[in-house]
Amino acid sequence: MTSPDHTAGTGRGTAGRAKTVGQVIAITAVAALLGLLVWKVAKGNDGGVAGALAKGNNPVAPAFTLPRIDATGDLAIASLKGKAVVVNFWASWCLPCKDEAPFLQKTYEQYRERGLVVLGVDAQDFRQDAKRFMRRFGITYPVVYDGEGSTLGKWGVAGFPETFFVDRQGRLVGERIAGGVDIERNRDTFDRGVQLALGGQ
Amino acid sequence: MRLATAVAIVAAALLVGAAPTLAGAGPNPADLEAEIVCPTCKTTLDQSNSPIAARMKAFIRERIAAGDTAAQIKAQLVDQFGPAVLAEPPRRGFDLLAWLLPLGGLAVGAVAVGALAWSWSRRRADDEPAPPLGPDLERRVDDELARFED
Repeated sequence: MTSPDHTAGTGRGTAGRAKTVGQVIAITAVAALLGLLVWKVAKGNDGGVAGALAKGNNPVAPAFTLPRIDATGDLAIASLKGKAVVVNFWASWCLPCKDEAPFLQKTYEQYRERGLVVLGVDAQDFRQDAKRFMRRFGITYPVVYDGEGSTLGKWGVAGFPETFFVDRQGRLVGERIAGGVDIERNRDTFDRGVQLALGGQ
Repeated sequence: MRLATAVAIVAAALLVGAAPTLAGAGPNPADLEAEIVCPTCKTTLDQSNSPIAARMKAFIRERIAAGDTAAQIKAQLVDQFGPAVLAEPPRRGFDLLAWLLPLGGLAVGAVAVGALAWSWSRRRADDEPAPPLGPDLERRVDDELARFED
């Protein structure tokens, strides 16, 4: 009489333990997912260096090494240290990019002697379309290809075109320009960015 | 006469139906558009009207016309835009996990449900009938019930 009771008791005890273990696993899994969500929201919203720049900081320009479109081989942004760099994110299918292309080329020609480089980053685009675009607008400044858009997150690029200014020490200066650089509302910001990148010379 | 007309109509319908199969030896653009993701909007091409999606759709049609297979077209798009353009992750390497983990989850869930169902059904079978009430308790229950009946 005692023996079946004892067995049943043990069975219930094992089931109870399994239930507790199951609950602990479930709660841990939910907590882990929640933590992941919080981390993603907190981290995903910082907007890359563009966010830091908007807060008034001068973060180091995120490094990248990408294949060149204008020439063979790769170009690392680190290799431009010592120069003032206007980093322009664009794509051939973007209309404002077409409008600003001649202006960027002119800027490159105008300040090249003073150590300024315009660096185009063609992203989320067909390589051959980018080449056609560069021929059409007579672009001679270096352009790298980022079809995957791997640089966009770190830089905080949300659309095309976007332009950043990097000083000779490799730090971002001025303001990020979203939209064409030669349109009325952006002209002053562009000129100020160029001067800051050159070192106020 | 009517029979001849009917036969002609059916034959014409069959021919029209078969035409795409006869003409289109290459992949169907609509299928590819559902399997490729637009890099700017992160939806498949058939769901997007963004400029790059329109350009990619045109590219797919160009390559089909040039005689490329679906696999070749996908490979060219991956070469330009990276593996994230594929709506389905490739079934190899690390990406294989995306296919195996849900199946593993299903298997673990099925085993867990099976084990629980088995233990529940066993417990019910093992449960012994409740022991008979003692005389004191029986009298008390009778008293309580009698009070209810009043």
